[in-house]
Amino acid sequence: MTNHWVDIKNANLVVVMGGNPAEAHPVGFRWAIDAKIHNNAKIMVIDPRFTRSAAVADEYVPLRPGTDITFLLGVINYLITNDKIQHEYVRHYTNASFLVRDDFAFHDGLFSGYDEQKRTYDKSSWEYQFDEQGFAKRDASLSHPRCVWNLLREHVSAYTPEVVENICGTPQDRFQVACELIAETSAPDKTMTSMYALGWTEHTVGAQNIRAMAMIQLLLGNIGMPGGGINALRGHTNVQGITDLGIMATALPGYLALPSEKHADLRTFLATVTPKPLVQGQVNYWGNYPKFFTSLLKSFYGNKATPENDFGYDWLPKWDRSNDFMYTMSAMEDGKLNGCICQGVNMLAMFPDANKSIRALSKLKYFVVIDPLDCETSSFWENHGEFNDVDPASIQTEVFRLPSSCFAEEEGSLVNSGRWLQWHWKGADVPGEGRDDTENIAGIMMAVRRLYEQESGKASEPLLNMSWSYTNPESPSPVEVTKEMNGRALADLIDSNGNIILRKGQQLSSFGQLRDDGTTDSGCWIYAGSWTEAGNQMARRNNADPSGLGNTPGWAWAWPLNRRVLYNRASLDPQGNPWDPKRKMLWWSGTAWTGFDVPDFSAAPPGSPVTPFIMQADGVGGLFARARMAEGPFPAHYEPMETPIGTNPLYPNVVNNPVARLMENDTKNLGTSAEFPYVATTYRLTEHFHALTKAAKLNAITQPEAFAEISETLAAKVGVKSGDMITIRSARGLIKVKAAVTKRIQKLKVNGQDVETVGIPIHWGFKGATVKGHMANRLTTAIGDANTHTPEFKAFLVNVKKA
Amino acid sequence: MTQDIIQRSATNGLTPPPQARDFQQEVAKLIDTSICIGCKACQVACSEWNDYRPEVGHSVGVYDNPADLGPKAWTVMRYNEVVENGKLQWLIRKDGCMHCDDPGCLKACPVPGAIVKHANGIVDFVSELCTGCGYCIAGCPFNVPRQNPADKRVYKCTLCVDRVAVGQEPACVKTCPTSAIMFGSKDSMKVRADERISELKTRGFANAGLYDPEGVGGTHVMYVLHHADRPELYSGLPKNPSISPLVHFWKGLFKPLAAAGFIAAFAAAALHYTKVGPVTEDDEEGHHG
Repeated sequence: MTNHWVDIKNANLVVVMGGNPAEAHPVGFRWAIDAKIHNNAKIMVIDPRFTRSAAVADEYVPLRPGTDITFLLGVINYLITNDKIQHEYVRHYTNASFLVRDDFAFHDGLFSGYDEQKRTYDKSSWEYQFDEQGFAKRDASLSHPRCVWNLLREHVSAYTPEVVENICGTPQDRFQVACELIAETSAPDKTMTSMYALGWTEHTVGAQNIRAMAMIQLLLGNIGMPGGGINALRGHTNVQGITDLGIMATALPGYLALPSEKHADLRTFLATVTPKPLVQGQVNYWGNYPKFFTSLLKSFYGNKATPENDFGYDWLPKWDRSNDFMYTMSAMEDGKLNGCICQGVNMLAMFPDANKSIRALSKLKYFVVIDPLDCETSSFWENHGEFNDVDPASIQTEVFRLPSSCFAEEEGSLVNSGRWLQWHWKGADVPGEGRDDTENIAGIMMAVRRLYEQESGKASEPLLNMSWSYTNPESPSPVEVTKEMNGRALADLIDSNGNIILRKGQQLSSFGQLRDDGTTDSGCWIYAGSWTEAGNQMARRNNADPSGLGNTPGWAWAWPLNRRVLYNRASLDPQGNPWDPKRKMLWWSGTAWTGFDVPDFSAAPPGSPVTPFIMQADGVGGLFARARMAEGPFPAHYEPMETPIGTNPLYPNVVNNPVARLMENDTKNLGTSAEFPYVATTYRLTEHFHALTKAAKLNAITQPEAFAEISETLAAKVGVKSGDMITIRSARGLIKVKAAVTKRIQKLKVNGQDVETVGIPIHWGFKGATVKGHMANRLTTAIGDANTHTPEFKAFLVNVKKA
Repeated sequence: MTQDIIQRSATNGLTPPPQARDFQQEVAKLIDTSICIGCKACQVACSEWNDYRPEVGHSVGVYDNPADLGPKAWTVMRYNEVVENGKLQWLIRKDGCMHCDDPGCLKACPVPGAIVKHANGIVDFVSELCTGCGYCIAGCPFNVPRQNPADKRVYKCTLCVDRVAVGQEPACVKTCPTSAIMFGSKDSMKVRADERISELKTRGFANAGLYDPEGVGGTHVMYVLHHADRPELYSGLPKNPSISPLVHFWKGLFKPLAAAGFIAAFAAAALHYTKVGPVTEDDEEGHHG
């Protein structure tokens, strides 16, 4: 989230699109209700289904799964056409005035630079025009034909209400209602908050869905404002935390990049990733990249990391391709992997295409599953009749189960959607022979390390040189690990005036203290300040709110630097006056920026040319994303990989995302609308958490059995009524579930044809306290987003029959 | 709590309730259907606090699970899809005992003291006295009490009488994430309801209102409804609930017996008189406002 949960109460309009917070985040959703009751806000739900969120919304607007970009670009077209723009904000705080290279183009569904063979773009044309000093050219009058504003206007002009209706199936009168409500928040004293989750990310165009809304929020002046922002709703107790810590194939902690094989040494790598300011005088905070990265290497390798050996840079793995789980499962299916350690996920139930997962896991020699439960994953080889019809005798994989802890059995910090690190204490000990996750992983690491020490082996340096100075190396304590994440001074730190800031060994209080000379370490630079010499900031529980806007700086700790609303300088105009006096969070004291929140800005005084988006090299919000997205600087409509209409009405020559991440194994298993005429979308219900809580009796009681939701019209066509069994089949598998016939899903008219949606909750399987059920992920495809590699769980094709 | 019981089943009103306390505020649970998201946290909290677990059932093609109230399901969410003025509404209602001020169950119960009403308005079943005759089921205008086949006794929501007695809110209220379930004095809940109703009217729900039906003397569980003119839209909430005529008939039939009971009780009353002094008479139905 740019903002945080409590801040949602400050919104005038809560737009729920790409998520269902009442269902999946019922506790956090209280702040949307609070906005409604105490701030006279409206809630609008834009979703293929009339959800639990819609049940308490003022407006519900339907659309077809996988067409959010068309809808949102339609909104942008409306805002521009009807002049519902926060002009001052757009002029000063976005890249609307920046000139784009003349060779940048968008034709017929493709941006300039597409390589059809490699399914990738040469992005060099997706760039600003620069002057001789290397700074971006701008036209403050917004009249230059190559300025972002005019390119955007032209790009979205195709997305008329008629096109939106034709592609999304949203009736024009409903679309009009949505546009009008959103447009009202272009007033400087009105804000809209955007609440989204996996309903946006789990598409082949997932990241671009979110970008489209981010662009809207910039045009309305809603970024940096209390009650505004782009707010990702995190599902797992700590999914924000794993993202922060870079648990991705090409990432490192703190949103740093894992070097690739193209980066031969530290200098080359840092030169590639460290941005230079694109506008004179901008903060360009990522310019400090070398400090963050060197401190991370010092945290990894301790005393072994020296300036002479590039701080151990050579010991980092360098990637050749993204070894994400989509690649890994395909490689496993192809027999290229011997072993696998699975921790923190019930992968058989939760990964796409479960039949592929079983084929892949069956090829392994060994498979280690670290889980608190006897879950589907560690039992993939068991025959459970129609629910898991495998032949155990033919599966030779040796499975090791390492019983582990649930979150309530662990002490540590959890990071919530609003970036708050909240310390929690264990409620119970791990039962039986279980060991907590750290202990399990550390135990494996130490055992392997001992083997290398005793028997030696190739490329053992990364393991042997790793800093591992915990009191009990077999079980690092949460306190030790967390303090390590924060980082400390490795020598006395002296500022430019010769004053000692920190003594050697002291905890850092800010990432501003990080150095690139090896005198600091930090396991995750954005967490610097969470555990200082003043103690554990995450354990603070003072809920005082001096702002009256739900800003509680003494409650836990938020990264970065306990800042609660990102880009908060943008809540003030260039002269430092709040756009809305009721939402005044910061002010200039005469010598410095101060306020209820930690200012997200440099020390530049009011009226200076320094702009609020200090993490951007150009200092402004990006309506034009330059080369940062895989598909293009602007979003564009592409059909889901499996489309019910078989064409892209806007760009007939480019039906799907031209750079979507796909493996050959998966492209073989794609269906067409001729065989699979209905759109399916999978999701979660309040009563369960993924495939975990079906093991708990109370959860099982409240949603005991697998079902799928279909419209009354589809039910009539298939010949079923509520409670009957239906078979749902995709190109990848089939499931049998109860039919829930509902008015909450409606047939939509799309491109001249009727499109039915089938809603499939994902919670059941062949283990647990619920009625045994088919896993929804027998149906889904692993093909996913090119930026995030998230599979397209939210839009694929199925057929439905009476069972 | 026994000092606070103001009405007992099958007990002649000539045995009056305790009088030493001057006043006890009536309580009420207010359920705002307009902000209820149907998450079932209240169901689970009820299960946990009262320590019961119904069987894991089946999906019958709706979100209602357990599908009905039961001896081990004292509250359930009911979901109903209605189309009003071309707009779909998913009306979600937490169902359970309404704690009527004029409780039909209590009136119907033939066992002395098996059903009691406390001065704060809570109607409670005293399980160890329940004989399982099921008359309370017939007496309830809301179809709430359920018999347990295992022990033949009848169960329902207690309004967490044990929590309320020590100054805590009912478990469902404590757990509700959107504050759709509120608890306090009945007067304060009515004020809160008025605020919510005014707000709903500004959002186009002209018939928003409070459900506190007179036919049962008002209730200690009240609803804010968007469509107070048609409570039946909320999965069959009765528009004008009243105690079944059969219960009145039954009471009439047994009046002679009740009189006999009175004679039997006279000795005790006389003893009471000699020890404590005179008591104030109450009408036979033991009605309290």
